[in-house]
Amino acid sequence: MSCQKLYKFSAHQLREKLNSREIKSEDILLSLSERIRETESKVKAYVRLNGQNLKFSSQTPAKTDGLLNGIPISIKDNICTEGMPTECCSKILQGFNPPYDATVIRKLKEAGALILETKLNMDEFAFGSSTENSFFGVTHNPWNLACVPGGSSGGSAAAVAADEAIAALGSDTGGSIRQPASFCGVVGLKPTYGRVSRYGLIAFASSLDQIGPLTKDVRDCALVMNVISGYDPMDSTSVNMAVPDYTASLGKDIRGMKFAIPKEYFVEGMDPEIKNIFSEALEQIKKLGATYQEVSLPNTKYAVPVYYIVATAEASSNLSRFDGVQYGLRIGDRGQVAGDRGQSAENRLIDMYNKTRGEGFGEEAKRRIILGTFSLSHGYYDAYYLRALKVRTLIKNDFDAVFKDFDAILAPVSPTAAFKIGEKASDPLKMYLSDIYTISANLAGIPAISVPGGFTKGKLPVGLQILAKPFAEEVIFQVASAYEQATPWYNEEPKL
Amino acid sequence: MNYEPVIGLEVHVQIKTKSKAFCGCSTEFGAEPNSQVCPVCLGFPGSLPVLNASFLDAAIKVAVALGCQVQEFTKFDRKHYFYPDLPKNYQISQYDLPLALNGFVDIELESGAKRIRVKRVHLEEDAGKLIHADKMSLVDFNRTGMPLLEIVSEPDLYSPQEAYEYLNNLKSILSYLDISDCDMEKGSLRCDANISVRPKGEEKLGIKSELKNLNSFRAVRDSLTYEIERQVGALGVGEKIIQETRLWDDKESKTYSMRSKGEAKDYRYFPDPDLPPFIIKFSKVDEIRKALPELPKEKQVRLMRDFGLSEYDAGILVFSKKDAEYSEDCMRKYPKENKKQVANLLIGPLLSEANNRNCRLVGLDLSAENLLELIDYVDSNKISHLTAKIVLTEMIDTKKKASVIIQEKNLVQISDTSSLNISIEEVIKENDKSVQDFKNGKENALMFLVGQVMKKTKGKANPKILQELLRGRLKDA
Repeated sequence: MSCQKLYKFSAHQLREKLNSREIKSEDILLSLSERIRETESKVKAYVRLNGQNLKFSSQTPAKTDGLLNGIPISIKDNICTEGMPTECCSKILQGFNPPYDATVIRKLKEAGALILETKLNMDEFAFGSSTENSFFGVTHNPWNLACVPGGSSGGSAAAVAADEAIAALGSDTGGSIRQPASFCGVVGLKPTYGRVSRYGLIAFASSLDQIGPLTKDVRDCALVMNVISGYDPMDSTSVNMAVPDYTASLGKDIRGMKFAIPKEYFVEGMDPEIKNIFSEALEQIKKLGATYQEVSLPNTKYAVPVYYIVATAEASSNLSRFDGVQYGLRIGDRGQVAGDRGQSAENRLIDMYNKTRGEGFGEEAKRRIILGTFSLSHGYYDAYYLRALKVRTLIKNDFDAVFKDFDAILAPVSPTAAFKIGEKASDPLKMYLSDIYTISANLAGIPAISVPGGFTKGKLPVGLQILAKPFAEEVIFQVASAYEQATPWYNEEPKL
Repeated sequence: MNYEPVIGLEVHVQIKTKSKAFCGCSTEFGAEPNSQVCPVCLGFPGSLPVLNASFLDAAIKVAVALGCQVQEFTKFDRKHYFYPDLPKNYQISQYDLPLALNGFVDIELESGAKRIRVKRVHLEEDAGKLIHADKMSLVDFNRTGMPLLEIVSEPDLYSPQEAYEYLNNLKSILSYLDISDCDMEKGSLRCDANISVRPKGEEKLGIKSELKNLNSFRAVRDSLTYEIERQVGALGVGEKIIQETRLWDDKESKTYSMRSKGEAKDYRYFPDPDLPPFIIKFSKVDEIRKALPELPKEKQVRLMRDFGLSEYDAGILVFSKKDAEYSEDCMRKYPKENKKQVANLLIGPLLSEANNRNCRLVGLDLSAENLLELIDYVDSNKISHLTAKIVLTEMIDTKKKASVIIQEKNLVQISDTSSLNISIEEVIKENDKSVQDFKNGKENALMFLVGQVMKKTKGKANPKILQELLRGRLKDA
């Protein structure tokens, strides 16, 4: 059956084929393995693959009615999978095999999904927008191998775009799902903060992180969301609200809907090509019977600085646990750490911390730990972290005000299409600014999707971002699906 | 110059919940190292804390019992420092919005009652335990994530004795609430002390040192006494006190400098994003307040009212909750109106038996029924108080009933005048000098002679009758 190139299909198409007994789950696995063998050497979406046969989590009691029964799902390297390495693409987590599944993994397994043992590449600890900060090396954009796939979920987006994954999970702290989805021409959703459990997601910035799907189409995205969403008693920040059937929002028209376009997003640094593509997308929306209007999100200019204070502060705290004591990398003496007021013992301990963290963390991780440590330090806390939290509230208020009058916000995902590998790697500030359209959604906790919205002249995909009020994923799916059905971008394929 | 010490105490109480503060692990003491751990309390990547609701309830109970204002809006913060017993390298604690503020503990001093203000009560998680073996250090994470309550006093304590009384009263209240074992040896109660001295009459506080490694209330008192002397001594010779943490060495009875403020850590507190701030409803606090058990002060007043005990006697009896319940049970079952007889036995011989055995009254394992049987022997003049003490010791040692011991040892007191007279005659013959002394007006001599008769009767003589007989006999002689 593998002659059918099953890897090309979406999860819902494969479910239909499985349901009609046209194919078996093994056929999908074989086909996917074949595809990965063919193209992975060019894309490098996965880590720790070592040219071996693909391994999958054993399917826990096969539930024939599972929404993802028999469908292989690929996972970003920062989501814990029991007994399968989870290293956040960092040297410091080398050899870490979590003794537990993240809640999303448990839910996927319960829905019958098969979890790939090899994980998807990412910027170390999700610190980055290009996947260049991975300990395992860079992933290449399937549309142009000289370009980055975006990041930090670059491996997830590239794998789905290259048909090396049927569907994938990523995580989004400041755009880490939407920006690579845009760069690679796939669908990527950052759910409302609290919609999907963070239990088992190795934290970057706890108040911003959300797990979400990267898929070939909007229907798959809704399907995966149906499986992974919902309250989790293991995560105090998850919200106890019923999960609707997101696929029910698909195919509905958007006639009469009102969209807002934030004028602050059209600033210097935006590639004119991106602007054109966005304008064409708006024309399309209009054709579908909806209206749009310019609005103001006045505090947008503070989003990048606020984000980099909040995110690095939380990261510096979250990453303090990587110390060489219990798991992962340890460099240094095994020995008595502190005896009877023994200074030398104390020094040996500090030496172990210094060496382990010094060698274990990459450049960007160190930069963010230092930034965050600084802004939380005594005497600086009020001026930086506390102030950032206050401005964060203002940013959230901006969105609340807009959503009183509008169904959703439409915006670009990134000021440019995928850039060349190495182009921004040496300029972290430039890299940070490329998150300008995505980070506000994390600061405000609202859901946002990137759907394919066109191509540049150089044949690089560009995404359209749809943002809605908290827990209005249904609105997002309705709009995304209508736009997807009306546009041809979904049919395009990268040539590999 | 005359100096006055100013002391504030930070008490950590381990709350007796079934599971840890933020995960489902057992809190049982003494288990195999690292057997009561999970990804959450081990701080494994990706794990998240979830607050144990019964921890919060117990904390509110303590706050209310200490007369604190429970705050409506409260949150958890992360306190950062690197140490191998702290798996996340931060501790979940509370910083600027603690659970409760402004409570108090009343203490009794020779000079009268004094109210010590409690500044704040907050929740936090415990760290693990380092075990230093030969050439290496091992970590036991069983204690990691245990629920702790920190109770911070205002600097209202002006002597080591006041600090000692504060701790005892606080512990008494906590034991009534039944939320902690309050066992310093097991580490379920811990105390750090802040101490400074200032010239008498001066209002400004002096430079403080923080004393750690205080493993008993006695150590708190002794270390404070030592530290006052050290600080006053230093100031006396013109030295400056530096703000520092000092460790108490129990064997050498000295404090040692651990680190000074210059090296003090910056804990980089910030709100824990994994635990959203929460609202404590007034109705919940009120519910807990209404369900509060009788507290030592209230019990003391009731014992005074119900049983006519003195404030002092009642104060002693209510100190430990279980002892108070035992004492009350004894007094309630005692048939006579006046309970003084029972109270005296409890506070006198029984308490000294308990002290000798380093246990509480209830630790003597003496049922109220058996104790009352003994008292009945005394009340009906069948045995003397002296004999009763001997029987009491025997009852505790052998677990036999009073009646059995009295019968076996033939201890029923001699009230029969004829047999007492025989002994009296013998004693008068043998103690001519004392007889003369008495006749010359020395009242003490009578007591000596009574003692001699007691000796002859092996303590069985009825002391009242004996005294009467002896006095009459000596008058005649």
